[in-house]
Amino acid sequence: MKEVAIIGIGMTKWGELWEKSIRDLTTEAALKCLDDAGVDKVDTITVGAMSGGLFNGQEHLASIAADYLGQRFVPATRVESACASGGLAVKTAYMEVASGLAQYALAIGVEKMTDVDGGEATFALATAADQDYEAFHGITFPGLYAMMAYAHMEKYGTTLEQLAQPAVKNHTNGSMNPNAQFPFKVTLEQVMNSTKVADPLRLLHCSPITDGAAAVLLAPVEVAKKMNKPYAVIIGIGHATDSIALCQRKDLCKLDAVEQAAQRALKMAGKTIKDIDFAEVHDCFTIAEIMVMEALGVVEPGQGGPACMDGLTALDGKFPINPSGGLKSKGHPVGATGVAQIYETVSQLRGEAGDRQVKNAGIGMTQNMGGSGASSITHILEARS
Amino acid sequence: MVGIVGYGTHIPRYRIKVEEIAKVWGADAPAFKKGLNLNEKSVPAPDEDCVTLSVSAARNAVLRANIDPQEIGAIYVGSESHPYAVKPTGTIVAEALGACPYVHTADLEFACKAGTEGMFIGLHLVKSGVVSYAMGIGADTSQGAPGDALEYSAAAGAAAFLMGSENIIAELVDTHCYMTDTPDFWRREHAHYPEHGGRFTGKPAYEKHIDGATNAMLDKAKMKPEDFDYVIFHQPNGKFPANAAKRLGFKEPQYKHGLLCPTLGNTYSGSSPMGLAATLDEAEPGQLILLVSYGSGSGSDAFIFRTTKLLPDVRDLAPRARKQLDEHKMYIEYGTYAKFRRKILKPE
Amino acid sequence: MNMHVPRHWREIPKRYRMEAGKCKKCGSIQFPARLICPDCSAREFETIRLSGKGKLTTYTVIRVAPSGFGDLTPYAVAIVKLDEGIQVMGQVCDCDPETLKIGDPVATQFRRMNEEGKTGMLIYGFKFVPDLGL
Repeated sequence: MKEVAIIGIGMTKWGELWEKSIRDLTTEAALKCLDDAGVDKVDTITVGAMSGGLFNGQEHLASIAADYLGQRFVPATRVESACASGGLAVKTAYMEVASGLAQYALAIGVEKMTDVDGGEATFALATAADQDYEAFHGITFPGLYAMMAYAHMEKYGTTLEQLAQPAVKNHTNGSMNPNAQFPFKVTLEQVMNSTKVADPLRLLHCSPITDGAAAVLLAPVEVAKKMNKPYAVIIGIGHATDSIALCQRKDLCKLDAVEQAAQRALKMAGKTIKDIDFAEVHDCFTIAEIMVMEALGVVEPGQGGPACMDGLTALDGKFPINPSGGLKSKGHPVGATGVAQIYETVSQLRGEAGDRQVKNAGIGMTQNMGGSGASSITHILEARS
Repeated sequence: MVGIVGYGTHIPRYRIKVEEIAKVWGADAPAFKKGLNLNEKSVPAPDEDCVTLSVSAARNAVLRANIDPQEIGAIYVGSESHPYAVKPTGTIVAEALGACPYVHTADLEFACKAGTEGMFIGLHLVKSGVVSYAMGIGADTSQGAPGDALEYSAAAGAAAFLMGSENIIAELVDTHCYMTDTPDFWRREHAHYPEHGGRFTGKPAYEKHIDGATNAMLDKAKMKPEDFDYVIFHQPNGKFPANAAKRLGFKEPQYKHGLLCPTLGNTYSGSSPMGLAATLDEAEPGQLILLVSYGSGSGSDAFIFRTTKLLPDVRDLAPRARKQLDEHKMYIEYGTYAKFRRKILKPE
Repeated sequence: MNMHVPRHWREIPKRYRMEAGKCKKCGSIQFPARLICPDCSAREFETIRLSGKGKLTTYTVIRVAPSGFGDLTPYAVAIVKLDEGIQVMGQVCDCDPETLKIGDPVATQFRRMNEEGKTGMLIYGFKFVPDLGL
């Protein structure tokens, strides 16, 4: 297999973008990416989007992406793994380059969520859960993670304060991200007193509904070397699934798919979690960030809450998590998130993250999760110059 | 010999007091309570209806009968609040019990008498030998029009009776009925609330048919009121059945076990059947019970049962009616009641 | 719209009677029943009816409901560990949802789950209630 580098990145601003359609977002992010790479023709395109059908009445996004990017006749694929669609798009592009099937493989993540009303958006998102055995009972996504939160609080004594902390930290980071949906700080009190959504989760524990896209261009390392500027190499990928229904997981306080995917990625990279300098993780809800920290092995099981309070995961902490602002502050256009995590990681590894720059960023990890943890994809990237 | 082999009830846990309703409409609560012998009524939750109440009651009946639901040959559900105008409640109940597919079902309607109709048909079906077991269910979540007198009493509940010819806990002695075309209370198709004839619902309606059926039944069976240990009349409020008893020669100790209305309200098709269930919860073996229902439109079904020595053994295989009536009540105020009962206009 | 009729009909055995599959080889119980046992990969099952009784493993109180459930808020949804040892998700009704605790005993009851608009199909299924012997 060839070694695969990321030679270009691009993303749109994220937020409620009334003027932009799904094809506008897809194309805009992709053009920025191609411009960044200085490449104008690609060999393949992979689009990660959770549901063009339910949000926009538009499937066949593969064809739309190639068509509107002016890359007619280029083979294109749309992949889906609920909220891990973006990570899956990157993995797909990786496989095409690593196998020699393509030289320039473009991965685009996109979601346009605000054309439908709140009820329809919630319905569309709920299709990531088990329709007949979870959604049927009136559960929502915040509800699924809220159940994990109560179980985690019961088993490990995680407190409401600890549950709120990741939101505070992520907003601090996001306030420095010009592309973020909510580029402002929040306080612990604001988080803990925000509107109740699904006990114990409140509005500010939850990532928002967002429009946005991100794109990354993959190519063999030989191509990257010729560009004479810092680049990133994908040194490990891990991917795992778990039961679709939360009630059938082995341990409600543990995200096994996240752990499995991370271990596979680390094994492929020949690294341990101690070698990782920072991570972009899937904080769809604050409890997710706490549980992901534990599943990645950053802390012992149950210690995620205290570690957050101690500042372990702050920008200047020992293991910065979500320097971009995470899903909470940056936004969560479902299919785009996984690709944006790569965008941020590459930015950091290139030393281009400005005020959000993690010091000595040499190896970064991304963790992109689908549904209530039914799928997880992890990429490990290393800085090269 | 045929009779009841199992019985079960279900009462929702929510209650609303007469004072709560009277407060909203500016009515004289103490006068209502005294005049109707009615204190509070049951309220179905938004996710309860005639079907769900029927299933819960039916499951309790099967528990007491201790048979395989596949042996049930007929299921009849009587209600005036079937949720579908076309599509049977009975088939949903049959599926939920696990009685399908070899089971005869029908939905019945005859105002408050539809429950005893199912019992009447079930008993005689078993007697004729066509089926081994037949179930008659009376279940309602009837609506009372806001501000109308009936709003104080229109309640929700269900009682189910499984009839058979083996392991009988209350043997059927005899039945009779008394029907005329008397328009005291009705609801037109597509109308949301029923209408009634006010004071006309008394003497020419309830009284005439209850008295007619009771007298004819006693005559046919050659029995007198004193022969009975228990009597249950249809209970639209706490007063009518007490007055009927007085008129017909029965005494308070005979009807008090079966009189649930003062704290339950009028469960319409469930009314007298639930009274019978509550009576079976207390009766000793070898006791004689008279059940006389009433349904507007109008008619009364009469039954005479004699309890057997098997009754005490099965009684506690399912929750007793008074336990469901008296324990773990959840009181609500009128706003929640109006929301639960969909009396509030919402956008489409 | 009657597009969902076949799906709702197909789910009746599970929703009305909590029918599950028990692996004939290893005894593992699956709800819903499956074609292949996830524990031992065997392919033969017997149909059993779950008791519906168990204890709360975890729960949440939904305050922002998906469409169709708005009238019920706030309502609890829980994961219940049934006496048979498997876990199942369901609403917990007939209670003040804020008083629920992990470990509370519950039983199931037949309830109306939803309706497809004012004139569409009614959908029935099971919900949990606090186990009070009623």
